[in-house]
Amino acid sequence: MSLPMMKEESKSRSVEAKREGPKLTVKDFKGRVDPDWCPGCGDFGLLAALKQALVELELQPHEVLTVSGIGCSSNLPGYVNAYGMHTLHGRAVAVATGAQLANHKLKVIVTGGDGDGYGIGGNHFLHTMRRNVDLTYLVMDNQIYGLTTGQISPTSIKGMKTKSTPFGSVENPINPIPLAIAAGATYVARGFTGQVKQLVELIKGGIRHRGFSLIDVFSPCVTYNNDNSHEFFKARVKKLEEMGHDPTNFHAAIDKAYLWGDAIPIGLFWKRTDLPSLDELEPVLAEGGPLAHRPLGVSPEAAKALIQVLM
Amino acid sequence: MAKFDLAIGIGGAAGQGIATPGDILARIFVRRGLHLNAYNAYQSIIRGGHIFLTLRTSEQPVLSMGDKLDVLLPLNQDSMDRHLKLMSAGAAVLYNGDKIKPGTAADGVQLCSFSVKELAPNIKGDLVQNTIALGALLRLIGVEFKPLEEILTIQFKRKGAAVIAENLGVARAGYDYATAHFKPFPFSLPDTGKKFAFFEGNQALAMGGAAAGVRFYCAYPMSPATGVLHWMARHGRELGIMVRQVEDEIGVINMAIGAAHAGCRAMCATSGGGFALMSEALGSAAMMEIPVVCIDVQRAGPATGVPTKTEQGDLWQVMGAGQGDYPRIIVAPTTITDCFKTVPELFNLVDKFQCPGIILSDLLLSEGRSSVDPSELDFNVPIDRGEIIGLNGDGPPANAYQRYKLSESGISPRALPGTPGYIHVVATDEHDEDGVLISDEFTNPHKRQAMHEKRMRKMEGILSLLEPPKIFGPGNAQVTLLGWGSTQGVIREALEKLAEAGIVANHLQIKWLVPLHSEAIQSIISQSKKLIIVENNYSGQFARYLRSETGIVAAGHVRKYDGEPFMPHHIVDGVKAILAGASQKYVPVHEVMV
Ligand SMILES: Cc1ncc(C[n+]2csc(CCOP(=O)(O)OP(=O)(O)O)c2C)c(N)n1
Ligand code: SF4
Repeated sequence: MSLPMMKEESKSRSVEAKREGPKLTVKDFKGRVDPDWCPGCGDFGLLAALKQALVELELQPHEVLTVSGIGCSSNLPGYVNAYGMHTLHGRAVAVATGAQLANHKLKVIVTGGDGDGYGIGGNHFLHTMRRNVDLTYLVMDNQIYGLTTGQISPTSIKGMKTKSTPFGSVENPINPIPLAIAAGATYVARGFTGQVKQLVELIKGGIRHRGFSLIDVFSPCVTYNNDNSHEFFKARVKKLEEMGHDPTNFHAAIDKAYLWGDAIPIGLFWKRTDLPSLDELEPVLAEGGPLAHRPLGVSPEAAKALIQVLM
Repeated sequence: MAKFDLAIGIGGAAGQGIATPGDILARIFVRRGLHLNAYNAYQSIIRGGHIFLTLRTSEQPVLSMGDKLDVLLPLNQDSMDRHLKLMSAGAAVLYNGDKIKPGTAADGVQLCSFSVKELAPNIKGDLVQNTIALGALLRLIGVEFKPLEEILTIQFKRKGAAVIAENLGVARAGYDYATAHFKPFPFSLPDTGKKFAFFEGNQALAMGGAAAGVRFYCAYPMSPATGVLHWMARHGRELGIMVRQVEDEIGVINMAIGAAHAGCRAMCATSGGGFALMSEALGSAAMMEIPVVCIDVQRAGPATGVPTKTEQGDLWQVMGAGQGDYPRIIVAPTTITDCFKTVPELFNLVDKFQCPGIILSDLLLSEGRSSVDPSELDFNVPIDRGEIIGLNGDGPPANAYQRYKLSESGISPRALPGTPGYIHVVATDEHDEDGVLISDEFTNPHKRQAMHEKRMRKMEGILSLLEPPKIFGPGNAQVTLLGWGSTQGVIREALEKLAEAGIVANHLQIKWLVPLHSEAIQSIISQSKKLIIVENNYSGQFARYLRSETGIVAAGHVRKYDGEPFMPHHIVDGVKAILAGASQKYVPVHEVMV
């Protein structure tokens, strides 16, 4: 009843064991097709930073699983040479949780837009943080719905004029950073695609971190968001490391996250390492390797016991 | 009594402890090798309301809850008032005369009143009447005290010797009181020498999942599907099954899909409302070609509907779930034991064809209980995971792997994430053989058509592996009764009753709904004189499906949509009315207010 092939195979495939291959370069992580994003789209910066981070972490393409939803930004898995799942709008985090728990040796990286993650996927987002699932979530936050040609998103600023708010939005945006800190994410950062070097470090930190990492990345949409452009952010972003911020200080992290105006902080707001991730807490995973590689079925003794209680 | 056939009704309010005497009786029956069928009518309330448990036992397989009661155990006045009128000559009613007054009973009904105050003067609490009644009942049906003693001892083991002794004393008092004051039934409960087990449909589904090798189970609680979650949660750790309660059903199905893609057999269960939330993701499983199994335990809809009542009202929902056409397998198990057997069968199919599989159960099956010969609970089932490549580390030449390679069968070998050399992206957007999107920048009508046809070709392969339905009963019947899923037992029983009334009927039950064995069904129905379709819904969902697939229009319909399952006589009455030309569509009225 078991799958002997899978059993053997599980031994030979642990991520830790895979360091002997040739050193890879960014080219090795180039996907099968080139991005179809608009020239100048912020998402290019994130893609470059992600590939660079994977190289620097010395990961092999098959050790990585990228999972996205739907949106311009969610097309990213197709542009990376790694396993990928381009799932439904808003569902990436839920799918990624299943995949991560089924094979906790994979490095699972979730990518998508602000609409995808904070809007339609909001419920999954919230609960995945609470569970501290070992995922690295990169949100290309352009404060707009790009793929559907420009409507407000949950992070659009109040007053913003879009196709769905031609007279200006009257709603308040959410601020994902304090939201994530409060919800239980254990690594919370903000990046900017105009600061690729810092972004690479933030992504590397997120992937290394055991637990849920959110990296909300300003990734300007050059086509539909004229308010929050590269220039807008370039003039305002300020690195937390230069502001003397201590990412283990909860209250400081919340306070900094609310700064918005002439100085908008980017960098690592919050990190705690004292909480185990969900897979570490799950007794079923305590031994035996990834669930996905275990033999199937129920032992005769266990079957007997299950039937016995029914008699 | 020609054939031993005993039905016991226990009624009371939620919180009055009906389940315990029910369980004890069930255990006594199956340990004597008797068959059992139990159905619990209840409401969505934790305390109060009215619960009515029907337990029926016989030496032959028990096909349904039946039409009559031999014993009534009313635990409160309400239950006495509702059910006494259903009892006829030969039946017995056992009740606590301190608190409950009978109304007028039919001639020949034995009213067995006992006094809790007298028999257990020093014991507090309401549950004591249940134990006395149980003792008295066993005496009436000719069971020695010993089996009850054994089971009570096990039941109260954790509570210590004093509690065991107290309960045994009370049961004994009831037993002895019955010896002295009540007239026993003219039979003793048989013992066939066999030993059966009994289980609930939801347990059967969960155990079927375990047998199939499910490694990931997730759910959001919803009656009447929650029993699957409870079983999985209880046994998951010892069996190496990860069990998760998720934030909503959209999360449930997507999480299951993620786990399935990574390589686990993954399953989830819900009821119609939760299933509605899963629609889009089921289509995504078909599009990404990921095998996953979802159980829909139907309850009376629409919307929140009647959470604790049964219906077969989700057929069109599951057939139409999600946008676009996609390959899916839909199966409706026909008995509780069949629930157990169906799950591994379905997993082999979804793994082979890399598509979603849906099990349509309903409250009747999932919360009903049935005896089962333990030898039928074979956990050592064949497992076929379909084509998974790269597991032995034999990578293809660089970039040669095509996840969605076009093939005659529609199946393309899959590779699990983590496998060196088989890198690919699965997508819910339309894609080419490489998995590259052809939905945004480079739409390509030819590739789209080819990929769509590839996926849909799987349906032919699936159909060829499904067992075609078979006719049951005489070939030259006057009338053919057709049902699907959970109604198999009650229709079979109706057949027997029709035969007694001189009406020769046969029966066709459909289990595999999608893909449908249209040709086999057509050839069977072409031999039949008159077709009557029996279903537990308002609009004749299967009748409409059958017409769309085969052009067959049934001569008559028996439908029920009041929340309660069919009783055999409902079908018999319907067939008679239709044969007499009184109506084409017969809707029985449920006699008991439960
Ligand atoms: C269920 C569902 N609703 C709506 C859509 C349409 N849709 C596609 S992408 C998108 C929003 C995209 O915005 P965002 O997630 O911020 O990503 P961006 O395109 O800006 O990168 C919407 C509404 C969909 N694909 N699925
Ligand atoms: S529409 Fe905006 S988000 Fe989408 S690709 Fe173009 S610039 Fe990027």
